Amino acid sequence: AQEKSIKGTVVDENGAPLPGVAVVVKGTTHGTTTNFDGEYILNLSSDNVTLSFSYIGYLTKDFLVGSEMRIDVPMEVDAEQLEEVLVIGYGSTTKKDATGSVEAVTADGFNKGAINSPQGLLQGKVAGVQITTGGGAPGSGSTIRIRGGSSLIASNDPLIVIDGVPVDSDGISGMRNPLNAINPADIESMTVLKDASATAIYGSRASNGVIIITTKKGSTNESSINVNYNGSVSVNTLNNQVDVLSADQYRDIMSGRPGEHLLGSANTNWQNEVFQNSVSTDHNVGVSGNVKGWLPYRASAGYTMDNGTLKGSSMDRTTLNLNLSPKFLDDHLSVNASIKGMFVNNKFGNDGAIGSAVSYDPTQPIYDSRFPHYGGYHTWTTTDDPLSGRSVNAPSNPMAMINQNSNTSNVNRSIGNAQIDYKIHGFEDLVLKVNAGYDYSSAKGGVYEGIETSWNENNAPSGIEEKGGFVSDYTQEKRNEVLDLFAQYNKEIGKHRFDVMGGYSWQHFLQEGTTVEQNGYGYEMKNQPWATEYYLMSFFGRANYTFNNKYMATVTVRQDGTSRFSPQNRWGTFPSLALAWKIKEEPWMQSVNFVSDLKLRAGVGVTGQQNIGAGDYPYMNTYTRGDEYSRYGFYNPSTGQWEYFNTIRPEGYDENIKWEQTTTYNIGLDYGLFNDRLTGSAEVYYRLTDDLLNYIPVPGGSNLTNMLLTNVGSMENKGVELSLNAKIIQRQDFHWDFGVNMTWNDSKITKLTTVDDPSYEGVKVGGIAGGTGETIQIHRVGYTPYSFLVYEQIYDDNGKPIEGAYVDRNGDGKIDEQDKYIAGDPMANLFFGFTTRLMYKNWEFSMAGRAQFGAQVYNNVDSNNSAYDQLYVSANNNTNNVTTDIYNTGFQSRQLHSDYYIQSANFLRIDNIMVGYNFNNFLKGKANLRVFGTVNNPVIFTNYKGVDPEISGGIDNNMYPRPTTYMLGFNVNF
Amino acid sequence: CLHQLDTTPIDPNVDTVDKVYRTVADYNQGLAKLYAGYAITGQQGPDGNGDLGGIDEGASQYLRRYWEAQELPTDEAINCWGDPGQPEMSTMSWTAANTLNEALYYRVIYQISLANQFIRDCEASDFDLSSQIAEARFLRAYSYWHALDLYGNGVPKITEENTVGKELPLPWGKQGGRELFDYITAELESIIDASSEEQLVDIGESMFGQANKGVAYMLLGKVFLNAEVYIGEAHLSEAKKYTDLVVNNYTLSGSHKNAVSAYQSLFVMDNYEEHKEIIFSINYFGDQTRTWGGMTYIINAATGGDMDRDMMGAPGWGGNRSMTSLLNVFEGKTDDRALFFIHKDDQGNETTDIVDFMQFTQGVQVTKFRNVDSKGAPGHATYAETNYPVFRVADAILMQTEIEWRMNGFASNNNIRTLWERAGRSTESVPEVNAETILNERARELYWEGHRRQDLRRFNTFTRGSVVQTWPYKGSQIAPEGLTNVSETFEVYPIPSSEIGANPNLIQNKGY
Repeated sequence: AQEKSIKGTVVDENGAPLPGVAVVVKGTTHGTTTNFDGEYILNLSSDNVTLSFSYIGYLTKDFLVGSEMRIDVPMEVDAEQLEEVLVIGYGSTTKKDATGSVEAVTADGFNKGAINSPQGLLQGKVAGVQITTGGGAPGSGSTIRIRGGSSLIASNDPLIVIDGVPVDSDGISGMRNPLNAINPADIESMTVLKDASATAIYGSRASNGVIIITTKKGSTNESSINVNYNGSVSVNTLNNQVDVLSADQYRDIMSGRPGEHLLGSANTNWQNEVFQNSVSTDHNVGVSGNVKGWLPYRASAGYTMDNGTLKGSSMDRTTLNLNLSPKFLDDHLSVNASIKGMFVNNKFGNDGAIGSAVSYDPTQPIYDSRFPHYGGYHTWTTTDDPLSGRSVNAPSNPMAMINQNSNTSNVNRSIGNAQIDYKIHGFEDLVLKVNAGYDYSSAKGGVYEGIETSWNENNAPSGIEEKGGFVSDYTQEKRNEVLDLFAQYNKEIGKHRFDVMGGYSWQHFLQEGTTVEQNGYGYEMKNQPWATEYYLMSFFGRANYTFNNKYMATVTVRQDGTSRFSPQNRWGTFPSLALAWKIKEEPWMQSVNFVSDLKLRAGVGVTGQQNIGAGDYPYMNTYTRGDEYSRYGFYNPSTGQWEYFNTIRPEGYDENIKWEQTTTYNIGLDYGLFNDRLTGSAEVYYRLTDDLLNYIPVPGGSNLTNMLLTNVGSMENKGVELSLNAKIIQRQDFHWDFGVNMTWNDSKITKLTTVDDPSYEGVKVGGIAGGTGETIQIHRVGYTPYSFLVYEQIYDDNGKPIEGAYVDRNGDGKIDEQDKYIAGDPMANLFFGFTTRLMYKNWEFSMAGRAQFGAQVYNNVDSNNSAYDQLYVSANNNTNNVTTDIYNTGFQSRQLHSDYYIQSANFLRIDNIMVGYNFNNFLKGKANLRVFGTVNNPVIFTNYKGVDPEISGGIDNNMYPRPTTYMLGFNVNF
Repeated sequence: CLHQLDTTPIDPNVDTVDKVYRTVADYNQGLAKLYAGYAITGQQGPDGNGDLGGIDEGASQYLRRYWEAQELPTDEAINCWGDPGQPEMSTMSWTAANTLNEALYYRVIYQISLANQFIRDCEASDFDLSSQIAEARFLRAYSYWHALDLYGNGVPKITEENTVGKELPLPWGKQGGRELFDYITAELESIIDASSEEQLVDIGESMFGQANKGVAYMLLGKVFLNAEVYIGEAHLSEAKKYTDLVVNNYTLSGSHKNAVSAYQSLFVMDNYEEHKEIIFSINYFGDQTRTWGGMTYIINAATGGDMDRDMMGAPGWGGNRSMTSLLNVFEGKTDDRALFFIHKDDQGNETTDIVDFMQFTQGVQVTKFRNVDSKGAPGHATYAETNYPVFRVADAILMQTEIEWRMNGFASNNNIRTLWERAGRSTESVPEVNAETILNERARELYWEGHRRQDLRRFNTFTRGSVVQTWPYKGSQIAPEGLTNVSETFEVYPIPSSEIGANPNLIQNKGY
């Protein structure tokens, strides 16, 4: 035998170097691991040995050394081992064994770039899940709709479970996005449970789907300490504005019109003034490792400084995260503990300035020496005398709104839990589990507007001479706690496999707060403390049965009790059943080579919705005390004094109110073709919500209110979801993946009233700007929720709308409310998400985007700001700018209810593009450096006339515009 | 621990019935809510915890809606806003779907429901609450009178006998029937009857704004005077009986007060001192009775354009103004009651004629109600503090003359002379009493006080051009000269279509 040294490089399936691969002489303990470049070197005492290369998730490969001096090894993914673990309610399963509609997206698949919210990671990634950001504000929230939502009035938000703690989705004051508590960099995976067979285990909170967020854990690998640093800097810029008249165009249009005398000599582009380019940064450090083989840990810290494009808006966030997952007693007792802390400082800016910047007269200057009492800002006053007082219904100077307003908050939140699993000694099939968790948050914030703010100039309690300014302070505390006790039993007997789980859950939600308002001189105008709470208690169970690894059945049931309903309606039972058939496992499929995987699933289940949006005591006869500004007084002539009384109001209530109940049917097919080069699934669903809550007019006099929230309606959702992931090119150093998902969804209200009344027009919703109480949408039987109800515009021969001329749709010779029709709805019928990723040697490129079709949006910016009579408002003694759409319509007065303003919201948006490069030899191989650049929201293709057609709710009224963000980032691993 | 599901409210401002009513003072707060129901919109001033749903809170305010319903479709007032349903209120073209009418209807019915609940709560108590119950019964009758006047006899029949739930109330009776009329008069006569257990306090023993027997007399006088309109049957002798009781127990404010005339002292912040003339009022207690409706609305909506904000004590929303049809009844003569402001255009011409319905500065601005006191000192800058005079003895004086004229075919014009004297109007040519002079005098004395539609209906000249021919935009937003006749359907307001949909027992008023 002769001493020799062998070396080589180990690469992964993508051709990238694979560090940490164990290289061991077979049959011995002699070996090494690959370095960051995937390289190894090993001294051998003999040629006649076999080297074994192993790595988690990969097939182990053996090579006889022989005369070789160098062995380079391409590792292959072990499909069995890499089997995606799916976290589901109170347990986990695998993709292959899942019987319900469950889809997980892991860190690898998340959206790239400047994304500060967990929702952003998931946008466009999962069929049936539509995520719409609330706009471009720093830390803005998103609307998540899984399969269209199943409620009208009650919440349509999915239940979010973070590491086993179901969190309260209502958010907290002072936070734009309740999920900002989680730093996206800490998220390992997000699992979406879509159908009832997957969600019913969450019972009365599951009707709108469930998203389970799992954060990163410590490593199982004993020896290594892994440090990861991620840093980025990004620039946010806006590339679209509302098309308003320029100062010159404005002078032109005003020429000879009343109000011309008010024009100024400035040329101010107010939108340029209120918006800016901004720079944001983001830093994350994660340390993970394993102490002495029994305490895997991961600790991380993140800091985000996100500056908004609206001047004065920003969010800075610090997050801390600690995960510990030790095991004791021969691995019989395992603990998964996590603590997350988040500290956020928000500056909200003044969103109102966005609308003001559209309508403020462009010939007026920002500063005007006539108004020193308003901080020098040009201000509309009731007469031409600058001291005559602000004209209350005229817009406020956008820059005064920005600079004279401070609206800030700081929010601290901590979510923590410990799950303890105990495998009974001697009876290891049975595991007892306890999960205790909390979600505490506290917020304080407020608005400060000084005494020179024109819009507060009269602010003072009665009899106080010192008027002006506005100061509000609020605090909010939330204390939510959860305790789950459950047990799991696993057994395999021959061809039968059982997995049974059952338990009890307790949750308490408490919130309280205060609001104090003062004027700028400290005179208190309002001081109102408040508090509310509810409890939720549940019994739940699930049984999985698998026969011969081919036929599977899952039954779940949950019984929920909530303090929100009367004892008669308090408890609800939510069952589900799912069946699955692994067709590929059938002997007759074995020869069908091009099919590598095939599974058929079918499920049915019932879920509920107890977050009904009517407070925590909707069934009770309660009385509300009036505040100090709703007093009533009498003058007593005999004493010459006023005597005042606070008031007490009995509240209207529905003692029979209960949850909405949704029955979901789902059929799905999971497939893999050509050795899983092509994978995906197809699903069909039908959902029926009964006891739908609607806010309906009660028969006058029968209750202590005119509108009551009660269970009266029904609604159905049906849809098809398809997803396809293709590995188009799969070569040593060249990979190209492409994934696309498609959703077709249709939602329809089928019943809305207790008495069947075909003439019931529906519930008007969707308040718009342009007049007190104006609405544009309706919930109507036979139509999608939030359908647009408008008049049909008549056009002249040149295609120009004729003002006030509408189609007499019912032919009764007059144009009235009865002629309005449904001209679409804001819900997309068809939407797509797509991702592609290309890797060539050390280069990586990825792109993701979305498209939607069949949705409409109401252009409230144009409808409210595009009429000649808006140019000058004599009662307010001011002039207003209008949008350039006035050239298209020529409308003298606003035509708020014309279908002209219902515009197609179809779009194709590229969400992010990323180019990255890996430096494998960084710091002499001790570290791995990745440099990448991304562009978020680079381009949108749409015919929509406004700034952005993607608007949650479908009413475009000066949304905080979404910026385009250019980011440069670094990722160092060592 | 399943008992934890039995939660009760922990909010300091929310209580269950056993916690809320513990002392007589607590019941007085419940009663105060009934009064506040006319003044404000909910439990948080000026908004944020409203009584009604489905409409802008401020716009739903009782007095705001009632005032508009009695003033806008008449020759006294017009509104220039384009909010939903708003132009239709000025042009007598509302439909059953009109959201403002809906709000008015629900305000009235809500007020009755609140009174019923309060009476039920009082009756379940061990305290002696008979005077509180009497006041609640008065306020219920007062709102039922609004219901009868605005909607007729087909409104839901709900009393303290009903319970809270979803049961469908029955209507009082058919449109034009007498059930509700009989109920209102019987209720009022019961609570002024000295032998009743539940009776109102005597005149002079109540506070300003509180119901007493005098208020009930006035209301009875009004109900009986309008009986012909309500039930097609005159009740003039009863009307005379109660109107005389009012006139004999109250007196006109006679002299100048500080910077204002006797007449104007009734419409400024310290008008509570005129409790000898003002029989009943809706009170605004400093800035502690806050709303976007009520007097804040009436004064602000009247203020705009080039008007003097300091004089009005209001920043101004520029909505309501009057027209030449009101200006003309003053016949250009000096009169303390002609509290108007006229805008001028760029050429210096007065813009009293409304050519553009939506232009506030066109028309005749009314400066009658002001949020300043008799010395001119301003009230709260945002929330008006002036009390709204619901009933004044000047009204009763004119009712007396009208009743005399209706009973005999002629009447003395002495009452008119009295009012002219107070108003500083030359009494050389006080006219003979006839339909036209009564209506003109009522316009001069009582304009913008929420009586006009009722007055015009009583003279059958609301939808018909019989006495008052027409006025600008009557019946149409595109006819500035107005129509002479409009459909009789508009004599009463429609029961809202939402209510007809919710309660199949009700029958829609004719023509809607």
